[in-house]
Amino acid sequence: MQLKAKTIGLVTTLSIACGPVWADPDTDQLTINGDITIITEAAAPSHMEYIDTIYSGWRFRSDETQAVQMDDFDNPGMLGVENALAAWDTEEGSEGKSCASCHGAAESLAGIRAVYPKWNEAKGMVTTLEMEVNNCRETRMGAEKWKYTGGDMTDMVALISSVSRGMPVNVAIDGPAQSTWEAGKELYYTRTGQLELSCANCHEDSYGLMIRADHLSQGQINGFPTYRLKNTKLNSVHARFKGCVRDTRAETFAPGSPEFIALELYVASRGNGLSVEGPSVRN
Amino acid sequence: MKHGLGLGVAAIFAATTAFAEAVEPTDVVFVDGAVEMSLSGQPGDPAAGAEVMNKGAGNCIACHEVSDLDHLPFQGEIGPALDGVADRWSVAELRGIVANAKIMFPESRMPSFYKTVGFIRLGDAYTGKAHGDGEVQPLLTAQQIEDVVAYLVTLKED
Ligand code: HEC
Ligand code: HEC
Repeated sequence: MQLKAKTIGLVTTLSIACGPVWADPDTDQLTINGDITIITEAAAPSHMEYIDTIYSGWRFRSDETQAVQMDDFDNPGMLGVENALAAWDTEEGSEGKSCASCHGAAESLAGIRAVYPKWNEAKGMVTTLEMEVNNCRETRMGAEKWKYTGGDMTDMVALISSVSRGMPVNVAIDGPAQSTWEAGKELYYTRTGQLELSCANCHEDSYGLMIRADHLSQGQINGFPTYRLKNTKLNSVHARFKGCVRDTRAETFAPGSPEFIALELYVASRGNGLSVEGPSVRN
Repeated sequence: MKHGLGLGVAAIFAATTAFAEAVEPTDVVFVDGAVEMSLSGQPGDPAAGAEVMNKGAGNCIACHEVSDLDHLPFQGEIGPALDGVADRWSVAELRGIVANAKIMFPESRMPSFYKTVGFIRLGDAYTGKAHGDGEVQPLLTAQQIEDVVAYLVTLKED
Protein backbone atom coordinates (compact mmCIF):
# COMPACT_ATOMS: atom_id res chain seq x y z
CA MET A 1 0.00 0.00 0.00
CA GLN A 2 2.75 2.38 0.98
CA LEU A 3 4.50 1.60 -2.24
CA LYS A 4 1.45 2.41 -4.34
CA ALA A 5 1.03 5.72 -2.54
CA LYS A 6 4.61 6.59 -3.44
CA THR A 7 3.91 5.53 -7.01
CA ILE A 8 0.97 7.86 -7.38
CA GLY A 9 3.06 10.75 -6.07
CA LEU A 10 5.78 10.00 -8.56
CA VAL A 11 3.41 9.71 -11.48
CA THR A 12 1.77 13.02 -10.62
CA THR A 13 5.12 14.82 -10.50
CA LEU A 14 6.05 13.32 -13.82
CA SER A 15 2.84 14.33 -15.55
CA ILE A 16 3.42 17.91 -14.49
CA ALA A 17 7.02 17.78 -15.66
CA CYS A 18 6.57 16.24 -19.09
CA GLY A 19 2.92 16.06 -20.12
CA PRO A 20 0.94 12.85 -20.41
CA VAL A 21 2.71 9.74 -19.21
CA TRP A 22 1.74 6.15 -18.59
CA ALA A 23 0.30 5.49 -15.21
CA ASP A 24 -1.57 2.74 -13.43
CA PRO A 25 -4.02 0.56 -15.37
CA ASP A 26 -6.48 2.57 -17.45
CA THR A 27 -10.26 2.42 -16.95
CA ASP A 28 -11.19 0.96 -20.35
CA GLN A 29 -13.67 -1.91 -20.56
CA LEU A 30 -13.17 -4.93 -22.79
CA THR A 31 -15.94 -6.48 -24.84
CA ILE A 32 -14.95 -8.75 -27.73
CA ASN A 33 -17.02 -8.71 -30.92
CA GLY A 34 -19.48 -6.49 -29.08
CA ASP A 35 -20.59 -9.70 -27.41
CA ILE A 36 -18.14 -11.39 -25.01
CA THR A 37 -17.70 -9.36 -21.82
CA ILE A 38 -14.24 -9.74 -20.33
CA ILE A 39 -13.58 -9.09 -16.66
CA THR A 40 -10.26 -7.21 -16.64
CA GLU A 41 -10.38 -6.09 -12.99
CA ALA A 42 -11.35 -8.07 -9.91
CA ALA A 43 -10.77 -8.28 -6.19
CA ALA A 44 -7.53 -10.18 -5.57
CA PRO A 45 -7.98 -13.80 -4.46
CA SER A 46 -7.59 -14.16 -0.71
CA HIS A 47 -4.23 -15.96 -0.99
CA MET A 48 -2.60 -12.79 -2.31
CA GLU A 49 -0.98 -10.83 0.50
CA TYR A 50 0.30 -7.68 -1.17
CA ILE A 51 -2.25 -6.81 -3.84
CA ASP A 52 -5.91 -5.82 -3.41
CA THR A 53 -7.02 -5.63 -7.03
CA ILE A 54 -5.96 -7.74 -9.98
CA TYR A 55 -5.91 -6.48 -13.58
CA SER A 56 -5.56 -8.11 -16.94
CA GLY A 57 -2.48 -7.08 -18.92
CA TRP A 58 -4.93 -5.61 -21.46
CA ARG A 59 -5.53 -2.67 -19.12
CA PHE A 60 -1.87 -1.64 -19.34
CA ARG A 61 -1.67 -1.55 -23.13
CA SER A 62 -2.18 1.47 -25.41
CA ASP A 63 -5.61 2.19 -26.90
CA GLU A 64 -4.31 1.07 -30.31
CA THR A 65 -3.10 -2.29 -29.01
CA GLN A 66 -6.28 -2.75 -26.96
CA ALA A 67 -8.46 -2.15 -30.02
CA VAL A 68 -6.86 -5.01 -31.97
CA GLN A 69 -8.21 -7.49 -29.43
CA MET A 70 -11.78 -6.18 -29.49
CA ASP A 71 -12.75 -7.78 -32.79
CA ASP A 72 -11.82 -11.27 -33.94
CA PHE A 73 -11.41 -10.03 -37.51
CA ASP A 74 -8.64 -7.69 -36.35
CA ASN A 75 -7.03 -10.08 -33.87
CA PRO A 76 -4.16 -11.87 -35.67
CA GLY A 77 -4.20 -14.49 -32.92
CA MET A 78 -7.46 -15.78 -34.39
CA LEU A 79 -5.50 -17.01 -37.43
CA GLY A 80 -3.81 -19.46 -35.06
CA VAL A 81 -7.25 -20.52 -33.82
CA GLU A 82 -8.27 -21.16 -37.43
CA ASN A 83 -5.17 -23.29 -38.02
CA ALA A 84 -5.99 -25.27 -34.90
CA LEU A 85 -9.59 -25.79 -36.04
CA ALA A 86 -8.21 -27.53 -39.13
CA ALA A 87 -5.87 -29.63 -36.96
CA TRP A 88 -8.81 -30.41 -34.65
CA ASP A 89 -10.55 -32.27 -37.49
CA THR A 90 -7.42 -33.91 -38.95
CA GLU A 91 -7.01 -37.62 -38.29
CA GLU A 92 -3.43 -38.42 -37.36
CA GLY A 93 -1.33 -41.22 -35.89
CA SER A 94 -1.70 -44.99 -35.66
CA GLU A 95 -5.25 -44.84 -34.27
CA GLY A 96 -6.60 -42.80 -37.20
CA LYS A 97 -8.28 -40.35 -34.88
CA SER A 98 -8.63 -36.59 -34.68
CA CYS A 99 -9.47 -34.45 -31.67
CA ALA A 100 -13.02 -34.30 -33.06
CA SER A 101 -13.30 -38.11 -33.03
CA CYS A 102 -13.38 -38.05 -29.23
CA HIS A 103 -14.43 -34.49 -28.33
CA GLY A 104 -16.86 -33.53 -31.10
CA ALA A 105 -16.92 -29.78 -31.60
CA ALA A 106 -14.14 -27.67 -30.08
CA GLU A 107 -16.82 -25.83 -28.06
CA SER A 108 -17.16 -28.99 -25.97
CA LEU A 109 -13.96 -27.89 -24.23
CA ALA A 110 -15.52 -24.63 -22.98
CA GLY A 111 -14.50 -24.08 -19.36
CA ILE A 112 -11.34 -26.15 -19.58
CA ARG A 113 -8.83 -23.31 -20.02
CA ALA A 114 -10.23 -21.64 -16.89
CA VAL A 115 -9.24 -24.49 -14.55
CA TYR A 116 -5.77 -25.40 -15.88
CA PRO A 117 -3.10 -26.16 -14.69
CA LYS A 118 -4.92 -28.83 -12.72
CA TRP A 119 -4.19 -31.92 -10.62
CA ASN A 120 -4.25 -35.05 -12.80
CA GLU A 121 -5.19 -38.03 -10.68
CA ALA A 122 -3.95 -40.67 -13.12
CA LYS A 123 -0.56 -39.01 -13.57
CA GLY A 124 -0.27 -38.04 -9.91
CA MET A 125 0.88 -34.54 -10.81
CA VAL A 126 -0.31 -31.12 -11.86
CA THR A 127 -0.56 -30.93 -15.64
CA THR A 128 -0.88 -28.06 -18.09
CA LEU A 129 -3.11 -27.86 -21.17
CA GLU A 130 -0.07 -28.46 -23.37
CA MET A 131 0.64 -31.70 -21.51
CA GLU A 132 -2.96 -32.82 -21.89
CA VAL A 133 -2.88 -32.08 -25.62
CA ASN A 134 0.28 -34.14 -26.00
CA ASN A 135 -1.18 -36.88 -23.84
CA CYS A 136 -4.13 -37.16 -26.26
CA ARG A 137 -1.81 -37.12 -29.24
CA GLU A 138 0.51 -39.81 -27.92
CA THR A 139 -1.75 -42.20 -26.03
CA ARG A 140 -5.13 -41.73 -27.72
CA MET A 141 -4.17 -40.90 -31.30
CA GLY A 142 -0.81 -42.66 -31.55
CA ALA A 143 0.58 -39.46 -33.05
CA GLU A 144 3.86 -37.68 -32.41
CA LYS A 145 3.84 -35.17 -29.62
CA TRP A 146 4.15 -31.50 -30.44
CA LYS A 147 6.99 -29.27 -29.25
CA TYR A 148 5.89 -27.63 -26.00
CA THR A 149 6.06 -24.05 -27.24
CA GLY A 150 5.79 -24.85 -30.98
CA GLY A 151 3.32 -23.23 -33.35
CA ASP A 152 0.95 -26.24 -33.62
CA MET A 153 0.73 -26.50 -29.86
CA THR A 154 0.28 -22.80 -29.21
CA ASP A 155 -2.41 -22.58 -31.90
CA MET A 156 -4.27 -25.49 -30.29
CA VAL A 157 -4.07 -23.91 -26.85
CA ALA A 158 -5.37 -20.69 -28.42
CA LEU A 159 -8.36 -22.60 -29.80
CA ILE A 160 -9.05 -24.21 -26.43
CA SER A 161 -8.77 -20.80 -24.73
CA SER A 162 -10.99 -19.07 -27.27
CA VAL A 163 -13.99 -21.24 -26.42
CA SER A 164 -13.65 -20.24 -22.74
CA ARG A 165 -13.39 -16.51 -23.30
CA GLY A 166 -15.33 -14.55 -20.70
CA MET A 167 -15.32 -17.37 -18.15
CA PRO A 168 -13.54 -16.59 -14.88
CA VAL A 169 -10.15 -18.21 -14.25
CA ASN A 170 -10.58 -20.58 -11.34
CA VAL A 171 -7.60 -22.86 -10.77
CA ALA A 172 -7.58 -25.01 -7.65
CA ILE A 173 -4.63 -24.46 -5.32
CA ASP A 174 -5.58 -26.72 -2.45
CA GLY A 175 -5.75 -30.48 -2.01
CA PRO A 176 -3.18 -32.43 -4.01
CA ALA A 177 -2.18 -29.33 -6.04
CA GLN A 178 -1.08 -27.43 -2.97
CA SER A 179 2.57 -28.46 -2.82
CA THR A 180 3.02 -27.61 -6.51
CA TRP A 181 1.38 -24.24 -5.88
CA GLU A 182 3.74 -23.60 -2.95
CA ALA A 183 6.73 -24.44 -5.16
CA GLY A 184 5.47 -22.00 -7.77
CA LYS A 185 5.03 -19.29 -5.18
CA GLU A 186 8.59 -19.82 -3.99
CA LEU A 187 9.85 -19.33 -7.55
CA TYR A 188 7.73 -16.21 -8.01
CA TYR A 189 9.47 -14.51 -5.10
CA THR A 190 13.02 -15.78 -5.83
CA ARG A 191 15.39 -13.12 -7.13
CA THR A 192 17.30 -14.71 -9.98
CA GLY A 193 20.24 -13.88 -12.21
CA GLN A 194 22.84 -11.17 -12.07
CA LEU A 195 20.12 -8.51 -11.88
CA GLU A 196 18.63 -10.32 -8.85
CA LEU A 197 15.04 -9.61 -9.80
CA SER A 198 12.02 -11.77 -8.99
CA CYS A 199 8.69 -11.90 -10.81
CA ALA A 200 7.30 -9.99 -7.84
CA ASN A 201 9.88 -7.19 -8.13
CA CYS A 202 8.51 -6.27 -11.53
CA HIS A 203 4.89 -7.49 -11.54
CA GLU A 204 3.87 -6.95 -7.92
CA ASP A 205 6.11 -4.13 -6.63
CA SER A 206 6.30 -2.13 -9.87
CA TYR A 207 3.21 -2.71 -12.01
CA GLY A 208 1.87 0.47 -13.55
CA LEU A 209 5.39 1.91 -13.81
CA MET A 210 7.59 2.22 -16.87
CA ILE A 211 10.73 0.11 -17.11
CA ARG A 212 12.50 1.79 -19.99
CA ALA A 213 9.93 1.58 -22.86
CA ASP A 214 7.72 -1.06 -21.22
CA HIS A 215 4.64 -0.36 -19.13
CA LEU A 216 4.72 -3.05 -16.46
CA SER A 217 1.55 -5.05 -15.93
CA GLN A 218 0.82 -7.59 -13.20
CA GLY A 219 2.16 -10.34 -15.46
CA GLN A 220 -1.19 -12.15 -15.54
CA ILE A 221 -1.65 -15.17 -17.79
CA ASN A 222 -5.42 -15.06 -18.30
CA GLY A 223 -4.78 -13.71 -21.81
CA PHE A 224 -2.54 -16.50 -23.04
CA PRO A 225 -1.62 -17.41 -25.65
CA THR A 226 -0.89 -13.77 -26.49
CA TYR A 227 -0.30 -12.48 -29.98
CA ARG A 228 2.60 -10.04 -29.58
CA LEU A 229 2.94 -7.24 -32.09
CA LYS A 230 6.66 -7.30 -31.26
CA ASN A 231 7.36 -10.81 -32.58
CA THR A 232 4.18 -11.14 -34.68
CA LYS A 233 3.17 -14.55 -33.41
CA LEU A 234 1.22 -16.31 -30.69
CA ASN A 235 3.30 -16.77 -27.54
CA SER A 236 2.78 -19.47 -24.97
CA VAL A 237 2.94 -19.03 -21.21
CA HIS A 238 6.22 -20.89 -20.76
CA ALA A 239 7.87 -18.99 -23.61
CA ARG A 240 6.94 -15.74 -21.84
CA PHE A 241 8.26 -17.02 -18.50
CA LYS A 242 11.49 -17.99 -20.23
CA GLY A 243 11.89 -14.50 -21.67
CA CYS A 244 11.26 -12.80 -18.34
CA VAL A 245 13.73 -15.05 -16.47
CA ARG A 246 16.33 -14.58 -19.20
CA ASP A 247 15.96 -10.82 -18.81
CA THR A 248 17.21 -11.07 -15.24
CA ARG A 249 20.47 -12.44 -16.69
CA ALA A 250 19.62 -15.83 -15.23
CA GLU A 251 19.71 -19.41 -16.46
CA THR A 252 16.09 -20.06 -17.40
CA PHE A 253 14.05 -23.19 -16.82
CA ALA A 254 12.91 -25.25 -19.80
CA PRO A 255 9.36 -24.97 -21.14
CA GLY A 256 7.39 -27.90 -19.73
CA SER A 257 9.79 -28.29 -16.78
CA PRO A 258 8.38 -29.03 -13.30
CA GLU A 259 9.48 -25.54 -12.23
CA PHE A 260 7.53 -23.77 -14.98
CA ILE A 261 4.48 -26.01 -14.42
CA ALA A 262 4.49 -24.99 -10.75
CA LEU A 263 5.06 -21.34 -11.64
CA GLU A 264 2.20 -21.48 -14.15
CA LEU A 265 -0.19 -22.83 -11.51
CA TYR A 266 0.86 -20.13 -9.08
CA VAL A 267 0.66 -17.26 -11.59
CA ALA A 268 -2.69 -18.56 -12.91
CA SER A 269 -4.02 -18.55 -9.34
CA ARG A 270 -3.10 -14.88 -9.01
CA GLY A 271 -5.59 -14.30 -11.82
CA ASN A 272 -8.48 -16.26 -10.30
CA GLY A 273 -11.51 -14.06 -11.02
CA LEU A 274 -10.28 -12.46 -14.25
CA SER A 275 -11.81 -13.73 -17.49
CA VAL A 276 -10.06 -16.09 -19.85
CA GLU A 277 -9.21 -13.86 -22.83
CA GLY A 278 -6.77 -15.84 -24.98
CA PRO A 279 -5.79 -15.37 -27.67
CA SER A 280 -5.14 -11.82 -26.51
CA VAL A 281 -3.10 -9.06 -28.14
CA ARG A 282 -0.12 -7.40 -26.48
CA ASN A 283 2.86 -5.40 -27.69
CA MET B 1 66.86 16.16 -24.23
CA LYS B 2 63.32 16.92 -25.20
CA HIS B 3 62.83 13.39 -26.47
CA GLY B 4 64.21 11.87 -23.33
CA LEU B 5 61.76 13.77 -21.17
CA GLY B 6 58.79 12.72 -23.28
CA LEU B 7 59.74 9.08 -22.99
CA GLY B 8 60.27 9.40 -19.29
CA VAL B 9 56.80 10.86 -18.75
CA ALA B 10 55.26 8.12 -20.87
CA ALA B 11 57.08 5.48 -18.82
CA ILE B 12 55.93 6.97 -15.52
CA PHE B 13 52.34 7.20 -16.82
CA ALA B 14 52.36 3.54 -17.90
CA ALA B 15 53.72 2.55 -14.51
CA THR B 16 51.00 4.47 -12.64
CA THR B 17 48.25 2.81 -14.67
CA ALA B 18 49.78 -0.58 -14.04
CA PHE B 19 50.06 0.02 -10.30
CA ALA B 20 46.60 1.55 -9.82
CA GLU B 21 45.00 -1.85 -9.34
CA ALA B 22 41.22 -1.92 -9.28
CA VAL B 23 39.67 -3.03 -6.01
CA GLU B 24 38.18 -6.50 -6.53
CA PRO B 25 34.38 -6.61 -6.18
CA THR B 26 34.75 -8.96 -3.23
CA ASP B 27 37.20 -6.59 -1.47
CA VAL B 28 35.15 -3.38 -1.54
CA VAL B 29 34.80 -1.87 1.94
CA PHE B 30 31.39 -0.35 2.66
CA VAL B 31 30.89 1.97 5.62
CA ASP B 32 27.20 2.70 6.19
CA GLY B 33 26.61 1.81 2.53
CA ALA B 34 29.28 4.25 1.30
CA VAL B 35 32.64 3.54 -0.37
CA GLU B 36 35.38 6.11 0.31
CA MET B 37 38.10 5.22 -2.23
CA SER B 38 37.95 5.17 -6.02
CA LEU B 39 37.38 1.57 -7.13
CA SER B 40 39.73 1.92 -10.09
CA GLY B 41 42.27 4.16 -8.39
CA GLN B 42 41.55 6.68 -11.16
CA PRO B 43 39.21 9.64 -11.41
CA GLY B 44 35.97 9.08 -13.33
CA ASP B 45 34.99 10.65 -16.63
CA PRO B 46 31.48 12.16 -16.45
CA ALA B 47 30.94 12.00 -20.23
CA ALA B 48 31.73 8.28 -20.28
CA GLY B 49 29.47 7.93 -17.24
CA ALA B 50 26.56 9.54 -19.08
CA GLU B 51 26.97 6.87 -21.78
CA VAL B 52 26.79 4.07 -19.19
CA MET B 53 23.59 5.63 -17.80
CA ASN B 54 21.97 4.96 -21.18
CA LYS B 55 23.51 1.84 -22.63
CA GLY B 56 24.77 -1.65 -22.03
CA ALA B 57 24.91 -3.18 -18.58
CA GLY B 58 24.39 0.21 -16.89
CA ASN B 59 21.10 1.23 -18.49
CA CYS B 60 20.26 3.27 -15.38
CA ILE B 61 17.50 5.18 -17.17
CA ALA B 62 15.59 1.92 -17.55
CA CYS B 63 14.55 2.67 -13.97
CA HIS B 64 15.48 6.32 -13.33
CA GLU B 65 14.48 9.64 -14.86
CA VAL B 66 17.28 12.15 -15.45
CA SER B 67 16.23 15.54 -16.86
CA ASP B 68 19.82 16.22 -17.91
CA LEU B 69 19.48 13.24 -20.30
CA ASP B 70 16.13 14.48 -21.68
CA HIS B 71 17.22 13.76 -25.25
CA LEU B 72 17.05 10.03 -24.46
CA PRO B 73 13.52 8.64 -24.79
CA PHE B 74 11.83 6.08 -22.54
CA GLN B 75 13.14 6.86 -19.08
CA GLY B 76 11.85 4.50 -16.41
CA GLU B 77 10.05 5.13 -13.13
CA ILE B 78 11.06 2.21 -10.92
CA GLY B 79 13.54 4.25 -8.88
CA PRO B 80 13.51 7.93 -7.88
CA ALA B 81 14.42 10.60 -10.44
CA LEU B 82 18.12 11.34 -10.14
CA ASP B 83 17.83 15.12 -10.58
CA GLY B 84 19.73 16.78 -7.74
CA VAL B 85 21.03 13.44 -6.49
CA ALA B 86 24.43 15.02 -5.70
CA ASP B 87 22.73 17.34 -3.20
CA ARG B 88 21.30 14.34 -1.38
CA TRP B 89 24.33 12.04 -1.30
CA SER B 90 28.11 12.43 -0.94
CA VAL B 91 30.51 11.04 -3.54
CA ALA B 92 31.31 8.10 -1.27
CA GLU B 93 27.61 7.36 -0.78
CA LEU B 94 26.92 7.56 -4.51
CA ARG B 95 29.81 5.16 -5.16
CA GLY B 96 28.41 2.76 -2.58
CA ILE B 97 24.88 2.96 -4.05
CA VAL B 98 26.07 2.28 -7.59
CA ALA B 99 28.46 -0.50 -6.52
CA ASN B 100 25.88 -2.30 -4.38
CA ALA B 101 22.65 -0.44 -3.66
CA LYS B 102 21.36 -3.24 -1.44
CA ILE B 103 23.76 -2.22 1.31
CA MET B 104 22.29 1.31 1.52
CA PHE B 105 18.75 0.14 0.69
CA PRO B 106 18.17 -3.44 1.86
CA GLU B 107 15.92 -5.45 -0.51
CA SER B 108 16.19 -2.73 -3.18
CA ARG B 109 15.10 -3.62 -6.69
CA MET B 110 18.24 -1.84 -7.93
CA PRO B 111 20.80 -4.33 -9.28
CA SER B 112 24.24 -4.54 -7.64
CA PHE B 113 26.62 -3.33 -10.33
CA TYR B 114 29.91 -4.30 -8.69
CA LYS B 115 29.24 -7.74 -7.36
CA THR B 116 30.37 -11.17 -8.54
CA VAL B 117 29.16 -13.72 -5.99
CA GLY B 118 25.95 -14.88 -4.33
CA PHE B 119 23.63 -15.07 -7.33
CA ILE B 120 20.83 -17.60 -7.85
CA ARG B 121 20.87 -19.32 -11.27
CA LEU B 122 23.44 -16.93 -12.68
CA GLY B 123 23.14 -16.85 -16.48
CA ASP B 124 25.54 -16.09 -19.30
CA ALA B 125 24.45 -12.46 -19.89
CA TYR B 126 21.05 -12.43 -21.67
CA THR B 127 21.31 -15.84 -23.37
CA GLY B 128 19.17 -17.67 -20.81
CA LYS B 129 21.96 -20.25 -20.55
CA ALA B 130 23.93 -21.07 -17.40
CA HIS B 131 26.98 -18.95 -16.69
CA GLY B 132 29.39 -21.87 -16.54
CA ASP B 133 32.69 -22.02 -14.70
CA GLY B 134 34.34 -18.91 -16.16
CA GLU B 135 35.19 -15.90 -14.02
CA VAL B 136 32.13 -13.79 -13.22
CA GLN B 137 32.45 -10.19 -14.41
CA PRO B 138 30.56 -7.51 -12.47
CA LEU B 139 27.85 -5.67 -14.45
CA LEU B 140 30.11 -2.61 -14.62
CA THR B 141 33.92 -2.40 -14.42
CA ALA B 142 35.59 -0.44 -11.62
CA GLN B 143 36.29 2.39 -14.06
CA GLN B 144 32.69 2.43 -15.34
CA ILE B 145 31.48 2.77 -11.75
CA GLU B 146 33.84 5.73 -11.28
CA ASP B 147 32.61 7.25 -14.55
CA VAL B 148 28.96 6.93 -13.51
CA VAL B 149 29.71 8.39 -10.08
CA ALA B 150 31.57 11.29 -11.73
CA TYR B 151 28.45 11.89 -13.83
CA LEU B 152 26.05 11.67 -10.84
CA VAL B 153 28.17 14.25 -9.00
CA THR B 154 27.23 16.76 -11.73
CA LEU B 155 23.51 16.31 -10.99
CA LYS B 156 22.96 19.30 -8.71
CA GLU B 157 19.70 21.26 -8.50
CA ASP B 158 20.16 24.83 -9.90
C1 HEC C 1 12.99 -7.03 -15.15
C2 HEC C 1 11.55 -6.99 -15.07
C3 HEC C 1 10.76 -8.27 -15.16
C4 HEC C 1 10.86 -9.42 -14.42
C5 HEC C 1 11.85 -9.72 -13.32
C6 HEC C 1 9.81 -10.29 -14.86
N1 HEC C 1 9.09 -9.72 -15.87
FE1 HEC C 1 7.40 -10.44 -16.75
N2 HEC C 1 7.32 -8.82 -17.98
C7 HEC C 1 8.19 -7.75 -17.94
C8 HEC C 1 7.82 -6.78 -18.95
C9 HEC C 1 8.53 -5.46 -19.24
C10 HEC C 1 6.68 -7.32 -19.61
C11 HEC C 1 5.87 -6.68 -20.75
C12 HEC C 1 4.89 -5.68 -20.19
C13 HEC C 1 3.92 -6.32 -19.24
O1 HEC C 1 2.94 -6.94 -19.65
O2 HEC C 1 4.15 -6.24 -18.01
C14 HEC C 1 6.38 -8.59 -18.95
C15 HEC C 1 5.32 -9.41 -19.30
C16 HEC C 1 4.97 -10.57 -18.62
C17 HEC C 1 3.80 -11.37 -18.93
C18 HEC C 1 2.77 -11.09 -20.03
C19 HEC C 1 1.56 -10.41 -19.47
C20 HEC C 1 0.49 -10.20 -20.52
O3 HEC C 1 -0.57 -9.65 -20.18
O4 HEC C 1 0.69 -10.57 -21.67
C21 HEC C 1 3.81 -12.41 -18.05
C22 HEC C 1 2.80 -13.54 -17.95
C23 HEC C 1 4.97 -12.26 -17.20
N3 HEC C 1 5.65 -11.14 -17.57
C24 HEC C 1 5.32 -13.12 -16.16
C25 HEC C 1 6.52 -13.04 -15.43
C26 HEC C 1 6.97 -14.04 -14.48
C27 HEC C 1 6.19 -15.28 -14.10
C28 HEC C 1 8.18 -13.64 -14.03
C29 HEC C 1 9.15 -14.35 -13.15
C30 HEC C 1 9.57 -15.65 -13.55
C31 HEC C 1 8.46 -12.36 -14.63
N4 HEC C 1 7.45 -12.04 -15.49
C32 HEC C 1 9.58 -11.57 -14.36
C33 HEC C 1 9.24 -7.57 -17.06
C34 HEC C 1 9.64 -8.49 -16.09
C1 HEC D 1 15.85 -2.22 -11.86
C2 HEC D 1 15.81 -0.88 -11.38
C3 HEC D 1 17.04 -0.01 -11.20
C4 HEC D 1 18.15 0.14 -12.01
C5 HEC D 1 18.46 -0.58 -13.31
C6 HEC D 1 18.96 1.16 -11.39
N1 HEC D 1 18.37 1.59 -10.25
FE1 HEC D 1 19.07 3.10 -9.01
N2 HEC D 1 17.50 2.78 -7.73
C7 HEC D 1 16.45 1.92 -7.95
C8 HEC D 1 15.51 2.03 -6.84
C9 HEC D 1 14.21 1.23 -6.70
C10 HEC D 1 16.06 2.99 -5.95
C11 HEC D 1 15.46 3.48 -4.62
C12 HEC D 1 16.20 2.89 -3.47
C13 HEC D 1 15.39 1.83 -2.78
O1 HEC D 1 15.38 0.71 -3.26
O2 HEC D 1 14.73 2.13 -1.78
C14 HEC D 1 17.29 3.45 -6.54
C15 HEC D 1 18.11 4.45 -5.99
C16 HEC D 1 19.20 5.01 -6.61
C17 HEC D 1 19.95 6.15 -6.11
C18 HEC D 1 19.59 6.97 -4.86
C19 HEC D 1 18.60 8.00 -5.37
C20 HEC D 1 18.04 8.97 -4.37
O3 HEC D 1 17.52 9.99 -4.81
O4 HEC D 1 18.09 8.71 -3.17
C21 HEC D 1 20.96 6.40 -7.00
C22 HEC D 1 22.01 7.47 -6.94
C23 HEC D 1 20.82 5.42 -8.08
N3 HEC D 1 19.75 4.60 -7.81
C24 HEC D 1 21.66 5.36 -9.18
C25 HEC D 1 21.58 4.39 -10.19
C26 HEC D 1 22.55 4.25 -11.25
C27 HEC D 1 23.71 5.16 -11.48
C28 HEC D 1 22.17 3.15 -11.99
C29 HEC D 1 22.86 2.49 -13.16
C30 HEC D 1 24.27 2.26 -13.11
C31 HEC D 1 20.92 2.66 -11.41
N4 HEC D 1 20.62 3.43 -10.31
C32 HEC D 1 20.20 1.59 -11.91
C33 HEC D 1 16.28 1.08 -9.05
C34 HEC D 1 17.19 0.91 -10.09
